Amino acid sequence: MNSKESGRRRFLKNSAALAGLAVGAVQSARGQSAGPEKPEASPKDIHTYGERSRFEKSVRTGAMGLYDPARPGDHRDFGFRTPTQDSVGIITPASLHFVIAHGYEPPDIDPNEHHLLIHGMVDRPLIFTLEELKRLPSVTRIHFLECNANSAPSGPTGAFRTAPNATAQDTHGFTSCSVWTGVPLSILLKKAGVQAGATWIVGEGSEKGKHTKSIPIEKAMDDVLVAYGQNGEALRPQQGYPIRLLVPGWEGINNVKWLRRIKVVNEPYMGMWESTKYPSLRTDGLSRWFQFEMGPRSVITRPSGGQKLSGPGFYEISGLAWSGGGVIRNVEVSIDGGHTWKEAEIQGPVNSKAHTRFGFAWNWDGEDTVLESRCTDERGETQPTPAELAKFWRVEPEFFRTTGTIPGHFNAIQPWKINRDGSVQNALVL
Amino acid sequence: MRWSFSFFAPFVALMACGAAVAQAPGYKNVGRTPTEQEVQAMDIAIGTDGKELPPGSGTAKEGARIFKAKCEVCHGANLEGSPTAPALVGGKGTLTSLHPKMTVGSYWPFSTTIFDYIRRAMPRYLEGSLSVDEVYSLTAFVLYRNEIIKEDDVIDAKTLPKIQMPNRNGFIPQKLEEIHDPKKRGCRLGHCP
Repeated sequence: MNSKESGRRRFLKNSAALAGLAVGAVQSARGQSAGPEKPEASPKDIHTYGERSRFEKSVRTGAMGLYDPARPGDHRDFGFRTPTQDSVGIITPASLHFVIAHGYEPPDIDPNEHHLLIHGMVDRPLIFTLEELKRLPSVTRIHFLECNANSAPSGPTGAFRTAPNATAQDTHGFTSCSVWTGVPLSILLKKAGVQAGATWIVGEGSEKGKHTKSIPIEKAMDDVLVAYGQNGEALRPQQGYPIRLLVPGWEGINNVKWLRRIKVVNEPYMGMWESTKYPSLRTDGLSRWFQFEMGPRSVITRPSGGQKLSGPGFYEISGLAWSGGGVIRNVEVSIDGGHTWKEAEIQGPVNSKAHTRFGFAWNWDGEDTVLESRCTDERGETQPTPAELAKFWRVEPEFFRTTGTIPGHFNAIQPWKINRDGSVQNALVL
Repeated sequence: MRWSFSFFAPFVALMACGAAVAQAPGYKNVGRTPTEQEVQAMDIAIGTDGKELPPGSGTAKEGARIFKAKCEVCHGANLEGSPTAPALVGGKGTLTSLHPKMTVGSYWPFSTTIFDYIRRAMPRYLEGSLSVDEVYSLTAFVLYRNEIIKEDDVIDAKTLPKIQMPNRNGFIPQKLEEIHDPKKRGCRLGHCP
């Protein structure tokens, strides 16, 4: 089948989707072959590749609430949220890591055919195979990844962040945390020899839309990885297999998946996403672009929206905190709707720009109350209330409800209401 | 003081080793020089000065024909958009409202982005199928329908980067050379207000 035919067939299938007809899987399901010399084990064989217990049901959900698992070929949703409320510890399983690729399916890349090109304002343009990247010194680091639209108004009603029945997955499902392994980008750039006057790099992916993102050279030389490993194995296709950029602490859009090229340049290249979709439009009509770093943020994951307490008694309040600014220094919890705050226990391991688990011993007396958490990072920046965040943007808090023009970086304190019957609801009011 | 020598010796050796690594990255025979063709085949990102724009040209008239055949199904006959594709026109004067309409005409700061994005990502599901002249023509058509150029204007590597987009000055900081430093821009809490 030549690629033109395949493209035309896809187009026809998707034209059918536009007409509202059900379609089958668009992307072929060819897996990564183990190579001809080894017998191929079934991916379903739990003796050769483990699976979780059949009693564990935690799954990702469609970003806009439109995805129907019964129709996996219907791509009306452009991404998937991680089940934040079910998380334990700090690491997100790769199978549950949130997915945003602006609607593009993962390309089916044979790692033996894949290359990374580094060129532009360098003395020695270089092209690397995956095998060559793995020969270079590797580092392993724990970092969160967060989409800048985490908690943006979205979903069928446009109100995920204020809907009373919203779960932590609905409100905070676009952050995940992994153990990433790869080669520091600085090693590759130094090998290529960055020329004087170079100030930015442009990373480019291999998916159909060939996503590009401009990143300042200071960051590229600092802690950015070309990652090939996630949680002890190869990246999953949805996470950029075989290689991706990992840009610690910065908006998810920087972390270019299916990385094929890095061009060293002297200005931001103003790709479509970075110049027209990710700037924050203010009420005065001006837009802030290139916001880079994700702010300090925390959320109580247990108890959280949609869960149910079985009755009065002891519960450990458990949650996650993270900041693009570095290490989480402390987390406070309020069990009275923000009137009083007490220090929570930070439960290691504590890593810079990583999910950090906190706990707080709590005896529920069976009465109505509201639970909240707020964190402070190593620079002393504290997670804001919605009112403080609104003041920062010089808007009324209701602005965050009525429009999506400042969609990103909504890192306000998240309240969960505990009802007398033990049910838990989203209590965010804007 | 003989002990001090043997005590420090390993550290001195380590430092020397570290310095050697820092000075000469080396990593012999890892990575190779790409051929010019390999670079050209991939070098599709267009900066704001347009220096990577390929030879070729197009006009809005030609673009209208291509749009009807390949783009209208999603973007609509009047470029008004659909549930699966954004509107490409309209929105002027809406940026300060609570429901801003952010289109190529009302929002996009750079003309080069139009060419870059159409060539790399359009039409959806047939990405990469347009010729360079077709991309120039569609770029011209979108600019014309936003009343930014005239119908007969020829769009090519020289003319495209010179086009001033209506909302070019709607972004802060305006100067591209100031964008890379978040500290200068007063960013805090993951926000740059």
